[in-house]
Amino acid sequence: MPGDAIEIKEIRRTFDKGATVALDGVSATIGQGQITGLVGPDGAGKTTLLRLVCGLLLPDSGTISVCGRDPDKEAVHVHELIGYMPQKFGLYEDLTVMENMRLYANLREVPNAERQGRYDKLLEFTQLGKFKKRLAGALSGGMKQKLGLACTLLAEPRVLLLDEPGVGVDPVARRELWSMVRDLATGDRIVVWSTAYLDEAEACDSVILLNEGKLLYRGTPGELSSRAKGRVYLVDGAGDLRRSLIVPLLKRDKTVDVVIQGSRVRVVTGDGGEQLKAELPTIRRESEERAGLGEVVGELTATPAEPRFEDAFMDILGGARRPKSLMQDLFRNKLGEDGKREETVRADHLTKRFGDFTAVDDVSFSICQGEIFGLLGPNGAGKSTTFKMMCGLLTPTEGSCSVVGLNFRDAPGKARGRLGYMAQKFSLYGNLTVLQNLQFFSGTYGMKGSAQKNAVDRVVEAFEFKKYIDSPSGALPLGYKQRLSLACAIMHGPDVLFLDEPTSGVDPVTRREFWTYINNAVELGVTVLVTTHFMDEAEYCDRIALVYTGQVIASGSPDDLKKSVANEKNPDPTMEDAFIDLIAKNDEARKKST
Amino acid sequence: MLNRLLNLVKKEFLTLLQDRQSRIQLVAMPVLMLFVFSFAMTMEVKNASLGILNEDEGDLGVRFVRAFQPGPTYSRIVTFRSPSEIRRAVDTQEVLMALHIPRDFSKNLMSGVPAPVQAILDGRKSNAAQIVSGYASLVATSFTEELYANRTTGAVMPNVETRFLFNPNLEFSWFNQPMLLILLTQMIVLLITGMSIAKERELGTFEQLLVSPLSPIEIVAGKTVPGIFLGLAEGLFIFVMSTTVFHVPFVGSHALLFWMMLLFILSTSAIGLAISSVCSTQQQAFLGTSLFMVPSMLLSGFVAPVENMPTALQWMTQLNPTKHTLKAVMGIYLKDLSPLDLSTEMAWMFGIAAGSLLLASWFFKRHAQ
Repeated sequence: MPGDAIEIKEIRRTFDKGATVALDGVSATIGQGQITGLVGPDGAGKTTLLRLVCGLLLPDSGTISVCGRDPDKEAVHVHELIGYMPQKFGLYEDLTVMENMRLYANLREVPNAERQGRYDKLLEFTQLGKFKKRLAGALSGGMKQKLGLACTLLAEPRVLLLDEPGVGVDPVARRELWSMVRDLATGDRIVVWSTAYLDEAEACDSVILLNEGKLLYRGTPGELSSRAKGRVYLVDGAGDLRRSLIVPLLKRDKTVDVVIQGSRVRVVTGDGGEQLKAELPTIRRESEERAGLGEVVGELTATPAEPRFEDAFMDILGGARRPKSLMQDLFRNKLGEDGKREETVRADHLTKRFGDFTAVDDVSFSICQGEIFGLLGPNGAGKSTTFKMMCGLLTPTEGSCSVVGLNFRDAPGKARGRLGYMAQKFSLYGNLTVLQNLQFFSGTYGMKGSAQKNAVDRVVEAFEFKKYIDSPSGALPLGYKQRLSLACAIMHGPDVLFLDEPTSGVDPVTRREFWTYINNAVELGVTVLVTTHFMDEAEYCDRIALVYTGQVIASGSPDDLKKSVANEKNPDPTMEDAFIDLIAKNDEARKKST
Repeated sequence: MLNRLLNLVKKEFLTLLQDRQSRIQLVAMPVLMLFVFSFAMTMEVKNASLGILNEDEGDLGVRFVRAFQPGPTYSRIVTFRSPSEIRRAVDTQEVLMALHIPRDFSKNLMSGVPAPVQAILDGRKSNAAQIVSGYASLVATSFTEELYANRTTGAVMPNVETRFLFNPNLEFSWFNQPMLLILLTQMIVLLITGMSIAKERELGTFEQLLVSPLSPIEIVAGKTVPGIFLGLAEGLFIFVMSTTVFHVPFVGSHALLFWMMLLFILSTSAIGLAISSVCSTQQQAFLGTSLFMVPSMLLSGFVAPVENMPTALQWMTQLNPTKHTLKAVMGIYLKDLSPLDLSTEMAWMFGIAAGSLLLASWFFKRHAQ
């Protein structure tokens, strides 16, 4: 029925006079009574599509109808139907929760008689009743999103368009938000939830999968995942040396995707499991060669696994890119002959106070060579503050930290010279060319003359920058930007790499490629400290510290953390389950003690 | 250390000059400003209108009127027929000054008694009115002198000859151009340094610098150098323009001018850096630099003489680099002052430059985190 759905036909929309194609011939039908996931990495065209549906943008060609109406010609009707929550919802931070709601009720001309009833209902629904008088600016990320949702719902829209509501919201709040939206997606209501998180996509009733403006798939997520059925295996047996399996596995022509999952390696293969199993001994030998420590990799086994949305996504995208050359060319192996691992990063009773507020409270840990250590935690829990102290951007109030035995207080320049840092978003000089960026960063780390030239040449070769060498780095494709950031961070051969949410919003292929480089550097003895929001990224870590209210409330390997929350109801919990459970337990314990 | 510094300086230049927008800011804006300030901002009175009501019954009134020949100051002379026309013409700003020559003007002059002429001036344009009235008195004086000189008898009037030293024709551009040299150089330097750190913060590259082995001093130094070079280039450009296109005679020492400007640019860029250190966006930095630039211009003695300010403000002006530089540069340009004459200004400028550099590094260290 055309009157019941959003019909999108052959939509094309370009920006910058046709230079950037945001959407390229996308068609879809968005039905009622369910959550439709609009899925894709940053730059896929999700926001453009939502804005087109709202009538905020006009398409170059193609048509859209919202419940039978044209968003351009019948704008008034369409606006009455639609509740649109943009990525940064326009909350007035200096108004209270209640004032914000009143304001939006006025803007959407909600009849006076109905207002009180709707306020009460929505405040209860969003559990914001307690915070009526709090300034919106003082709410946490999750509560802000809930308030934004409440304001959007005031006009009781039939069509609810949510643009990445899960961004900047920790898993606990994300789950609450999700269940709220789930309750709304009934009857004749149309709900669109756009997201870059593939685990969110998996929970939608149906998905529209976009990549670089093109429609890759529409239908149920299960149907998409099933395309990888019988081709997903977990390879077990390599233990600590599992990372050395990645390159040999990627070398197989038929391999679609390889990714670390806890102590195992998840493989999506183009052929059947038998072929993979048959090749395992070869792969074992190759990985032992890579590690160079003799016969240390145990017998490998491959067990079939349920395909995930991401496996199928990687399959559609054509599988993981195989980096031409790897870090061997850039790094000398930092590990000794016997593979002994030394401690490189150490935090001793780190505490950071801002005025009365204790952001980090007595945090200690140590990390060894060739280890990936993850800091995981909700927003505002202190993980960024800890991270910043570790790389010398903040001075601890109490306690100390060191990198390869050097303290930031005593030898700041020396300590910083031994670390590499990659920030959350692309933070190189956008109007400098690739070459100029490389030259600048290598020079910053004291390289000069022919040594500098060699280092630049090596990364240009290893990361395949030749094509873009004189392009301004701001104009590079996302994947190359990511590579360039990494290249600048590792050119000087650091002992420790600090990665601050390195792959948020990046498509899975680019993310894989990035982690292939990282894993390879780790094989060579580099230490990695990473903060992340992605639960599956947490699985790449050897050890995780879960940071909450300024303290480490749990730490251990991803498998240990998952195991610690397993029970009869949920025998095989995910990383997200573990995260939520551990935080809930901590909250309970805290309540009891007070 | 030196290598790293050069590397940083090179990057600063590249980011400034490779960006189209900042290139426009650095090249087009000063040129535009120089011409706007030079031609639009003038304090001379030109092309004013003069109205005359001549009721004199004799012929001396007509001769007096003739003394006001149309020239660069008065391009237009309006003749009134009745006193009521004077009022209307002044009210509608048709004329800047109206002269009323009374009926007994000739008679009084012939009999040697004072012969008053009324001049009505538009007080709304106080500055121009003052200049025009001065000009009218000058005409009146020379008219009387001529009149009495033609007579054989009568007293000889005492004669005051005024000569203006250093700027004999009171050319405004002679005052204006040295001032623009300072003002526009300051603007460019503040723009470059004021934006520098805030811009990196906004783009997220600042942390990348902070985690590198560069020390805070190196970063501050690296950020100061481009401002100094581009400020000097800008100063040189205005200096050349002022002496060629605007014909301001430069009688002083080039070396002394260079050193004064260098000190000025150094302190200005340090102040810009200090402002940038505390700002997290370019917008804030822009507001911050304007907040410094406007008072520093007002308190420099360019708009109003420092001596006319309240004592407390006069004290404050001592900390204003623009004030000392203005005094020194003006002196070097037109008076050929020697370093000895400028020792006070130079001492202050050394102090201010050192102080602001210290301030900038302190602000930077404090707000780097």
